[in-house]
Amino acid sequence: MTPDAGREPARVVVVGASAAGLAVVEAARSQGYRGELTLIGDEPHLPYDRPPLSKQLLTGDWPPERLLLREQAHLDGLAVTMKLGQPASTVDADAREVVLADGDRVPYDALVVTTGVRARCLPGSDGISGVHVLRTLQDALALRAELVPGRRLVVLGAGVLGAEAAAVARGLGAEVTVLDPLAWPLARIVNREIGGWLAEVHREHGVDLRCSCAPVTGLHAAEGHVAAVELADGTVLPADTVLVAIGATPAVEWLAGSPVTIGGPEPASGSGGVLCDPRGQAAPGIYAAGDVAAWQDPATGEYRRYEHRLNATEQGRAVARALLDPGFTPPPSVPYFWSDQYDLKLQTFGTLDADDEFIVVDGSLGARRFIGVSHRDGLVRGALGVGMPRQLRAWRTAVAEHAPWKETTPA
Amino acid sequence: MKITVEEDKCCAGGQCVLAAPEVFDQRDEDGIVVLLTDTPDSSKYEAVREAAQICPAACIHVADN
Repeated sequence: MTPDAGREPARVVVVGASAAGLAVVEAARSQGYRGELTLIGDEPHLPYDRPPLSKQLLTGDWPPERLLLREQAHLDGLAVTMKLGQPASTVDADAREVVLADGDRVPYDALVVTTGVRARCLPGSDGISGVHVLRTLQDALALRAELVPGRRLVVLGAGVLGAEAAAVARGLGAEVTVLDPLAWPLARIVNREIGGWLAEVHREHGVDLRCSCAPVTGLHAAEGHVAAVELADGTVLPADTVLVAIGATPAVEWLAGSPVTIGGPEPASGSGGVLCDPRGQAAPGIYAAGDVAAWQDPATGEYRRYEHRLNATEQGRAVARALLDPGFTPPPSVPYFWSDQYDLKLQTFGTLDADDEFIVVDGSLGARRFIGVSHRDGLVRGALGVGMPRQLRAWRTAVAEHAPWKETTPA
Repeated sequence: MKITVEEDKCCAGGQCVLAAPEVFDQRDEDGIVVLLTDTPDSSKYEAVREAAQICPAACIHVADN
């Protein structure tokens, strides 16, 4: 019998103090859990929200305090022992202890891994000032300090983070170039039609957006500060600031030697995340949730990892339930994602694969207010909306159920 | 129970409406959260707490009397 079966764990330890970790402790208490809860985080801050780092925090509209996910008083009410600014270094699964970087050992009956992801860095950029990633509050504040009128910013990567930062930087008056080897921005999330439309929006706002771009071969520096970005085709782009937004890798190094399994590099094999069953269990007594976790999809058997904000909360809540109720099976979830660029809000439910048929069912791309629905084999797979959030929500059920495709909004 | 929302934090995802449709709605023009009542009856408490926890912008706050 596994130690999880049948009995509530006396001590739940959550490693990773961001959205997913917070959701675990909060949901555990709302489910009536009365045992010991410990939340461990490598950053010194109370749990804070990351989507605003490339939006309201980067523009300067919000001070850092506005990013806190919960007030101190609310956290006090949860009766959680917080160990912040203390990275976990290993798991001793035989002793059932998390070992912290300072040597402290934290015993657990159930361990939840919510360590998220780490920004990928550009090889060879160590020690060159003016080169940034954007994952933490400190990262965002450092980048923000450089975004002033006339500054030449080169963004590597036209994913969500790169595209949002580029939009903010234009708003602050910087000269912005965005480079990506893929054929359109947000290429892993939106299809060619929407990607082409979005590229036009960025160019209209003065971004020099270069898709299908030659790979970056290196950086030039002058007196320790970045001076230019060099590409494989010989292009040299002058730069005062470089933002490296080329994706992120799951923070799993500390789990080496533990009983959890780490997924392969492909999306269907978990993209390097902690492989979990459909209720978030990775090994006896060990669970994972959020960006770091690749849960098995019971319908396809594939392990999928999502770096979406809502997914962190949904999986955190589901793990809290699963910890306390061995019979609990989470309902199928619908991937939801949003991005703010300029005055536009993009939202999607489900997925928009490049091979799926995509039809605009309401509004128009030209008006920058529309809903498009993707379908395959006559079944709805995803919906994307710009500027029509309420109407988009009406499509969520059709996406969740892979309803038969028809062009009218489902009742 | 007393509910407050921070409209300028709202990301218009509509998760609150899915969790507690009798308490939350969205504005037509921009999808921002609309509070239908700030003092729901006790039969809605659990759904409201779920909405506050699930909100991906953490903009719903619940105070217990």
